Amino acid sequence: MLTKRIIPCLDIKDGRTVKGVNFIDLRDAGDPVELAEIYAKSGADELVFLDISATEEKRKTLANLVRRVAEKVNIPFTVGGGISSVEDVDILLKNGADKVSINSSAVKNPDLINELAAKFGSQCITVAIDAKQVNGEWLVHLVGGKVPTDINLFQWAKEVEERGAGEILFTSMNNDGTKEGFANEALAVLSSELNIPIIASGGAGNMQHFCDTFIEGKADAALAASVFHFKEIEIKDLKEELRRNGVEVRL
Amino acid sequence: MKIVIIDYGAGNIQSIKFAIKRLGYEAILSSDAEEIKSADKVIFPGVGEASSAMKMLKSTGLDKVIPTLKQPVLGICLGMQLMCTYCEEGDTDGLGIFHADVVKFDNQLKVPQIGWNKIYDLRSELFTGISEGEFVYLVHSFYVKECAETIASTEYGVEYTSAIQKDNFYGVQFHPEKSSDAGEKILENFLKVTQSNTVK
Repeated sequence: MLTKRIIPCLDIKDGRTVKGVNFIDLRDAGDPVELAEIYAKSGADELVFLDISATEEKRKTLANLVRRVAEKVNIPFTVGGGISSVEDVDILLKNGADKVSINSSAVKNPDLINELAAKFGSQCITVAIDAKQVNGEWLVHLVGGKVPTDINLFQWAKEVEERGAGEILFTSMNNDGTKEGFANEALAVLSSELNIPIIASGGAGNMQHFCDTFIEGKADAALAASVFHFKEIEIKDLKEELRRNGVEVRL
Repeated sequence: MKIVIIDYGAGNIQSIKFAIKRLGYEAILSSDAEEIKSADKVIFPGVGEASSAMKMLKSTGLDKVIPTLKQPVLGICLGMQLMCTYCEEGDTDGLGIFHADVVKFDNQLKVPQIGWNKIYDLRSELFTGISEGEFVYLVHSFYVKECAETIASTEYGVEYTSAIQKDNFYGVQFHPEKSSDAGEKILENFLKVTQSNTVK
């Protein structure tokens, strides 16, 4: 049986991890490669690197980082952040990324999803959707959740699937940073209406939240950052807890 | 040992090269028939869509070369699927090395299957040191049906072939280069395969 995936997310700026990480055993806490290796060894199923740098050299720096990660890490990883063209994706995949994640650029130019899926295959195209519940309706937000649109989350997700995305990374802006759990109601709707895997993101605070998002939210994978970076949750303990709750995981 | 990864423009081949390097070997990428024929081990990767991958293979003439290879050959993911008789994806005739058809997963399931699943009924030296039920990383929408050449199975709504062997030709549906330590062990086992092994 296919297992549920646990995915740590690393924010990257100019080739370095951004958010403070609390790994005392790291020689260099800012080195994404070393952190990635530790996560791979500790049982992470995949990794996501989200590049938030905005420099001219961004593309080259990111490609170098991707190559260094691919050399060292023996689990799959996704790269996202500011990807807006076929060429961007080509460079990242050629340097060893397994998947790329596109977000705002897909909303601005939905045909990009079709182009990428046709050229590289759906399996390596993740579409990230940031959404926020406003007056009862889930609306897609852009630029890291800062800019609202009038696009309905569920309609957009369906369109993303039809255009050829291989999976969806859904971040609830209502839940992100709260540590009060994932947006399981919306996730469950996405998961039952769509036929591609859904990654839950935003709100992880404790192990029960992960159990809930897999069981109630029907998520296929769960992504989190700070609970892992600050060692509030060890991946191995989390997976043992999930297994005790009847959730199939790789242990 | 000369290891050649067939480079015909399909897929993420850097990862395979890096995985081989982590095992202490060097692999070269090539689309040159003579280079491929002179290798001790050949890896036939592939990611993407079957009919366009087959077109790329035909345009380089490699569709004629691969079935004639005498050294151990490992097809990975789409590479393995293209070595089969027929792929439903894009109505594509395969290389006909493995006597099995490749069909799409049932729509009741999420497709593609993305993630870690178990391999079992392991019967090949490819799996020396690998436990029954070991986890490997898979990403695919189409699967190879069970057949006489199956050497490992996986369950995703249906029981299907996750590894296959005929004579010197091996295929794995999963990505050994992305399947953590177990995947690297399987890749290493392939690199240690000697000629004329048979299915146990």
